[in-house]
Amino acid sequence: MMDLAPFYLTLKLAFFTTIVLFVLGIPLAYWLAFSRWRPKIIVEAIVGLPLVLPPTVMGFYLLLAFSPENAFGRFLDNYLDIRLVFTFPGLVVASVIYSLPFMIQPLQSGFRMLPHVLTEASYTLGKSRFITLVHVLLPNIKGAILSGCILTFAHTIGEFGVVLMIGGNIPNETRVVSVLIYNEVEAMNYEMANFYSLILLIFSFLVLITVYVFQYKRADSSIFR
Amino acid sequence: MIEIQITRKLHGADGELNLQFETRIKPGELVTIYGPSGAGKSSVLRMIAGLLKPTSGKIIVDGQVWVDKNEKIDLKTASRDIGMVFQEYSLFPNMTVRGNLEFALQKGQPKNVVAEILALTQLENLQDKKPALLSGGQKQRVALARALIRKPKILLLDEPLSALDSGMRAKLQDYILEYHQKFNLTTILVSHDYNEIVKLSKRVLLLEGGMIQKDGPPKEVFSSPIG
Repeated sequence: MMDLAPFYLTLKLAFFTTIVLFVLGIPLAYWLAFSRWRPKIIVEAIVGLPLVLPPTVMGFYLLLAFSPENAFGRFLDNYLDIRLVFTFPGLVVASVIYSLPFMIQPLQSGFRMLPHVLTEASYTLGKSRFITLVHVLLPNIKGAILSGCILTFAHTIGEFGVVLMIGGNIPNETRVVSVLIYNEVEAMNYEMANFYSLILLIFSFLVLITVYVFQYKRADSSIFR
Repeated sequence: MIEIQITRKLHGADGELNLQFETRIKPGELVTIYGPSGAGKSSVLRMIAGLLKPTSGKIIVDGQVWVDKNEKIDLKTASRDIGMVFQEYSLFPNMTVRGNLEFALQKGQPKNVVAEILALTQLENLQDKKPALLSGGQKQRVALARALIRKPKILLLDEPLSALDSGMRAKLQDYILEYHQKFNLTTILVSHDYNEIVKLSKRVLLLEGGMIQKDGPPKEVFSSPIG
């Protein structure tokens, strides 16, 4: 019998992760793109870490950090009444960190590719940085924003190691599709595992096609020439 | 009256250059800064606009201090009442011609200023077009119109016509002259086109080696050797 709950949970997780990363990602990518502060490369490296680190390593450290046995987790537990280990909010926080580069890097390169004269022209028209960001920069990097959101969403759907470490395998709370597939294989239930896997495979393929279509469109547009 | 007295070290293709720029510009004057490339012409304009910080000095516009490095005053670009047209095309690609002009409106400025400037600059038939569909000359005309919307104290023109062919260039020179006279705008133009300078301005500053070497009417400045 097909279990739909993990699909719902996975989409919910991807949705919240994308929203949170979008809101955090714009100021962070803006800062990374335009700041002249040299040590920012440290921040850039931290943002890029999830690309190279085994998800289990990241999940393991997040598990330690969030655990009520340790200072940060205890602080969240005692003062804010937030428990991040083996809960859905914990999954969202972990996913946000894990998908950071997938949102930040497209946005950052989008900002960098815009001709700087647009920003300067806006300032000479008496506009603040914020107005310039909202009315000039963001509307002209729509393609990058879309790529960032789609990649974040898709990457979150494909998460496994981090999710398993931090969330475990609790039905309706932390059991996402990738964990479900793992369960089915463990139980030698290959038919269901294949079925769920195929859905993820097709989904991921379609997502990438969409991203590339937008990228080609962006390269073809001649607005900055 | 605009009083400028600024210094800054510049790093160019020919090594380091100590820019020392000092002048006074009367209200309503159209002054051209002329000089070889790398002399710091654009840097002067950018420092007046606040896009580049001078190391020391002052910029005082109609008694209002924009820069006074001794007092640690250096107003942000957005707080300086300027209009600027750049050498590169700088229209916002996401907005129509009209949208670009509307964006330039200041708080409390009536919206009909846009219609007025569109009519004056004869851009009404292009108002709904996106910048990508305009020719180079049209883009710079719109950029000029956009810079006029706020009726700035100083209009800064950083070689705005250098990318255009000579026919288009002559046409835009006429526009610049017309708006300058109509609004009595104090205008500082960077140019290295002799004919353009003679046509547009009554006063030229020859900038070379980081200093103003000559200051006077174009005919005088261009007739005698430097020294």
